[in-house]
Amino acid sequence: MTATESRPPLTGDGTTSSPLDHSQRLVVPVAEPMPLDCGTPLAPIVIAYRTYGKLNADRSNAILICHALTGDQFVADRHPVTGKPGWWGHMIGPGRPIDTDRYFVICPNALGGCMGTTGPNSIDPATGAPYALDFPVITIGDMVRAQKLLVDALGIDQLFCVIGGSMGGMQVLQWAADYPDSVFGAIPIATSWRHTAQNIAFHEVGRQAIMSDPDWHEGNYDRFGVRPTRGLAIARMAAHVTYLSETALHRKFGRSLQDRKMLSFGFGADFQVESYLRHQGITFVDRFDANSYLYMTRAMDYFDLALGHGGRLTPVFLGTPTRFCIVSFTSDWLFPTSESRQIVHALNAVAANVSFVEIESDKGHDAFLLDEPEFLRVLHGFLDGLAEHRGLGPADTGPDPDSRAAGQP
Amino acid sequence: MTQGGVSDVVDAVSENGSPLRRDLALIAEMIPPGSRVLDIGCAEGDLLHHLWHDKHIDGRGIELSQAGVHACVSRGLSVIQGDADTDLIDYPDLSFDYAVLSQTLQATRSPRDVLDNLVRIGRHAIVSVPNFGYWRVRLALLFRGRMPVTPNLPFSWFDTPNIHLCTISDLTALCADMEIIIERSLIMFPRGVAKPMAPQWLANLLGEGAIFLLKKAR
Repeated sequence: MTATESRPPLTGDGTTSSPLDHSQRLVVPVAEPMPLDCGTPLAPIVIAYRTYGKLNADRSNAILICHALTGDQFVADRHPVTGKPGWWGHMIGPGRPIDTDRYFVICPNALGGCMGTTGPNSIDPATGAPYALDFPVITIGDMVRAQKLLVDALGIDQLFCVIGGSMGGMQVLQWAADYPDSVFGAIPIATSWRHTAQNIAFHEVGRQAIMSDPDWHEGNYDRFGVRPTRGLAIARMAAHVTYLSETALHRKFGRSLQDRKMLSFGFGADFQVESYLRHQGITFVDRFDANSYLYMTRAMDYFDLALGHGGRLTPVFLGTPTRFCIVSFTSDWLFPTSESRQIVHALNAVAANVSFVEIESDKGHDAFLLDEPEFLRVLHGFLDGLAEHRGLGPADTGPDPDSRAAGQP
Repeated sequence: MTQGGVSDVVDAVSENGSPLRRDLALIAEMIPPGSRVLDIGCAEGDLLHHLWHDKHIDGRGIELSQAGVHACVSRGLSVIQGDADTDLIDYPDLSFDYAVLSQTLQATRSPRDVLDNLVRIGRHAIVSVPNFGYWRVRLALLFRGRMPVTPNLPFSWFDTPNIHLCTISDLTALCADMEIIIERSLIMFPRGVAKPMAPQWLANLLGEGAIFLLKKAR
């Protein structure tokens, strides 16, 4: 059983000026440590989260959003550090595919994160200093277990839908596997049921970049008053390339030169694409913690839903009551369609209720974060159908005349 | 020729008010309420949508075209992007009451394997096919010496998706060969529908298409 420090408010209008105030975070007390997959119990646990919309009377309209590797809980409102709009602002809001006039949206910062939820930069009660590398290695399963504590504390027995892309999609699958009766619908997007060798390899490059930065200090940079920003920026640059596609990079930059008319015959950022990547790296370090990056990438590497089932995915979903909508993108080579198809095949083999859509896009893995009209339409339609199956009525207020009428005729 | 015994076309109307395609309406009639139905080649989901709202069936679909899948999912139907030739193998035996394949068998690479999977997955299979033995088709070939293009088979030889066309008699022969029981069959005529008349060659000559309710001899 979990308790809240003070009962968290069940509504959030997304306009709070300081979203990192403590109005929306759950504290699981030390007396109740949460078991972790590595064997070490963890306490205390703080889960920072944001909510949008209103929970209905029978608590049946809650949608949990699981963010990706470097995402956070600011899914639909301004980011307190960067000042940028929410990372899925076009997806969530009144009249949007995830309609806050209709659904109650919860987005927690994942365990191991660095935006308020317990992670390696949290204070270790045993030492009074940040955990750093003393923080236990966590898994996607641990992230989901922590989210379940939050959902329980909010008094929600069954989530209407769990939605997430990439690492978020892994959490969606883990939710459906671990708590099938608590998940009415599941939308795993651009993801896989286990992290591939190629993806582990990319993560290792990123981690080595961080760990070879002299300012990393075996993870204890906080004690030295520095941050391994160069290593983290390089990790981000390498990862960022994997989120795009050759077509997208070519369209955006081609071989165009940056602020110059000819090659410099040096190693400055001659090409626009170099300048762009450097910018991506530099801005990333302002909002992300290096140790967090190590732990989150590790959690993804360890993810393998078929582990413990003899490498077979089918038994994981045997008898699942959840309705799935699996989404992939044609140009995503990091989590290609073939990975999603394997999930679909496993779900078909247990006669589960599954939809599968491959969206045509040349924007690579990042497509799931972008305003891709076809993707938005499919998500909107699937949620409408899901609401009809769940017996949820149409939006409470401000019905959009263009949106499809849902609910039984 | 006689059209005696030909019933009027069933007037099923889909949810959006447009009439259900004739063979789909006939297929819908064969499916009892509450059944578990897999519609293979479900296009934009008209049959599934109709069955969901009218008969509260538990329906799934497989569709090759991205546009079709998007349309289905946007209508709240459970449909996967897939292929009758490759994706049926994943489904367990008897996982559905009815496995439906409407106007698709002739477009598969391996109709025999697809048929085998249909009666394996479903307690019953419903298959509708255009009849290449229809008299107008025969005449086109006989007199014009050209591959037939009819309202039912509107493609030219070079762009047709229909790579394995058959006649009604071909299909019944294949069923016999595969020990598949034909529980019921309906012949579609230009102006109506009837149970198959004896002898079969007449149905094979006059029918534009046919719908078969099949099951595996178990």
